[in-house]
Amino acid sequence: MGTEHTMQPSAEQRLWMYETMWVIRNFEDTLALAYFEGKLPPKIQPKLAFDLGAGPIPGEMHLAAGQEAAAVGACAHLKREDSVWGTHRAHHFAIAKGVDLDRMAAEIFGKVTGLGRGKGGHMHLFDPDAHFACTGIVGAGIPQAVGAALAYKKLGNGAVALSEFGEGASNQGSFHEALNMAGLWKLPCVFVCQDNNYGISVNKAASTSVESIATRAAGYGMPGVRVAENDADQVFAAVGEAVARARAGLGPTLVEVKVDRLYGHFQGDPETYRPKGEVESLKKKDALKAYEARLKAEGVLDDARIKELRDRAKARVDAAIAFARQSDYPAADEAFRHVFVETTSA
Amino acid sequence: MTEVKVRKQAFFQAMVEGIQQEMERDSRVICMGEDVGKMGGVFQSTAGLHKRFPDRVIDTPISETGIMGAALGAATAGLRPVAELMFVDFMGVCFGQIMNEIGKATYMSGGAVKLPLVITASTGGGFSDAGQHSQTLHGLFAHVPGLKVVVPSNPHDAKGLMITAIRDDNPVVYLFHKAILGLPVMGYIDATIDDEVPAEPYAIPFGQARVVREGSDVTIVGLSQTVQKAAVAAQRLAEKGISAEVIDPRTLVPLDVEAIVGSVARTGRLLVVDEDYLNFGMTGEIAALVAERLDRIRLKAPIRRLGIPGVSIPYSPALEKVVIPQVDHIVAAVESLVSARLA
Repeated sequence: MGTEHTMQPSAEQRLWMYETMWVIRNFEDTLALAYFEGKLPPKIQPKLAFDLGAGPIPGEMHLAAGQEAAAVGACAHLKREDSVWGTHRAHHFAIAKGVDLDRMAAEIFGKVTGLGRGKGGHMHLFDPDAHFACTGIVGAGIPQAVGAALAYKKLGNGAVALSEFGEGASNQGSFHEALNMAGLWKLPCVFVCQDNNYGISVNKAASTSVESIATRAAGYGMPGVRVAENDADQVFAAVGEAVARARAGLGPTLVEVKVDRLYGHFQGDPETYRPKGEVESLKKKDALKAYEARLKAEGVLDDARIKELRDRAKARVDAAIAFARQSDYPAADEAFRHVFVETTSA
Repeated sequence: MTEVKVRKQAFFQAMVEGIQQEMERDSRVICMGEDVGKMGGVFQSTAGLHKRFPDRVIDTPISETGIMGAALGAATAGLRPVAELMFVDFMGVCFGQIMNEIGKATYMSGGAVKLPLVITASTGGGFSDAGQHSQTLHGLFAHVPGLKVVVPSNPHDAKGLMITAIRDDNPVVYLFHKAILGLPVMGYIDATIDDEVPAEPYAIPFGQARVVREGSDVTIVGLSQTVQKAAVAAQRLAEKGISAEVIDPRTLVPLDVEAIVGSVARTGRLLVVDEDYLNFGMTGEIAALVAERLDRIRLKAPIRRLGIPGVSIPYSPALEKVVIPQVDHIVAAVESLVSARLA
């Protein structure tokens, strides 16, 4: 282990993390394929190589395969009333936080049964019941998590806000402002920075002044912890301590987690900026497969249980995708609704 | 029947009283922003509140993006923040949070997310604070969807609209012009304004314009301080035999279109006076709303507009008064309107 942590997940927690990682992986792999339906010749307009807005999943698609461990290791510690604030690449955290998978899939397909009735799409998933939100602007969710944490502290309700983002977002001004406020006010907030080594196409060495994002915590009066391996148990230990600190009123923690981006920045990304063979070598040390092997070696899983959990994860995803495909598109008048809510507190 | 107690108050006192009474009524209401605590706001916009509510009036770091993002997060988590930007010009530092986050969360969630928060900021020039501390910018907030925009012109409205803003479950941008606050350090226009403020809490509905002065020859639409300038101009015009009606929309989002259109239909002439930039702003929007209804309005003259004419607000008093519409500009514009003819 790269860092010394004492908090260990129970067998039950490890099984939950393992199965949830498979739900995430299945969801992302399924979307990766479905995304190209209707987008390629000969089904699209002549002279186009690719049609971004066509097919059942229109628009950009940022997939989080390879980053599952960070999400499950972190969310294993969160209660429903704790909140998660995500990014443009947030499916893994949404699933791990318990966002309704059917409605999430339907939103991605632009259907009226979706979380945002088809008005947000995959970068803007809001599930108030699961206390989850994400935004398509890099770094924008970080101060929002701080505001939620400020409210929890003022209300004294014991909840924790978790902000998840990439190493690229740690170069945004919002990161600095938010972490300063969280450190200043000792808010119940946890910052989980996932280092997948790329801000779209530019790698960390070319964009970031420090090798470890966790070292930046020193500037904000909070502990910085680095999880150097893409490993659910290690994330569990690091975030577990951070959440415990937050709940105890000791303030925020910045946790940096090494993750892998197995797909491009977006689907259809030619990835010319990646060294040859990088993705293949990342897949060889796939964190999900490695976790499966470890749980088997330690006797937590056997082949029969592996099949059962993988099948169950796949069935959940298949059902969600089917729900999305079968749902209706919103009627035209939906475009004019929900600019404002109609309620008042008076 | 109890008698309603009414006092004369300055704008800032009425505005603060509105916040204070809502804080007393609803423990979820908090104030946050730069210097809103012990100082009470550099423009006294939270004067005295920190003393009454030390845990609920929060001095923040100079971090506009952090403040606006935190207001969003806190609003989703059970509080009702009043978040101050100090100078509206500073929205340039944090417009991403306002436009892309606060303005869009309700829509993109299909109505599932509500954001009961108020963004307050001072606006306006006339004090040689130059281009970065003199703008009004209400048009920018009104341009993007998802924000209600409130711009009171007098103490009575300042209180009633603040109470409505805090009770609204949507993001509201509440802008106060520095020169109408009634602060003892800033020159002001001696307009007859509505400064009688009931002591009890009261809420003024959004989207209801106020007829400040009735008239029959021309409609003048102003906002914030230009309402006061228009009122002074209308008095001068009356002495010259021209009867001007002055309309104060009070809120740009929602906008009381019918009040404006109805007035123009009666007078046949329209002057829109704004202290925001002329280009692609409130003046053009109101002119277009009227122009789109010319099938039921008979104009007697072309529509006229006054605003900041496509330049930054200059520092020197000799220049600033040239670009910010003044009472003299309004009088001259109305006189030219009355003598103008359609082609």
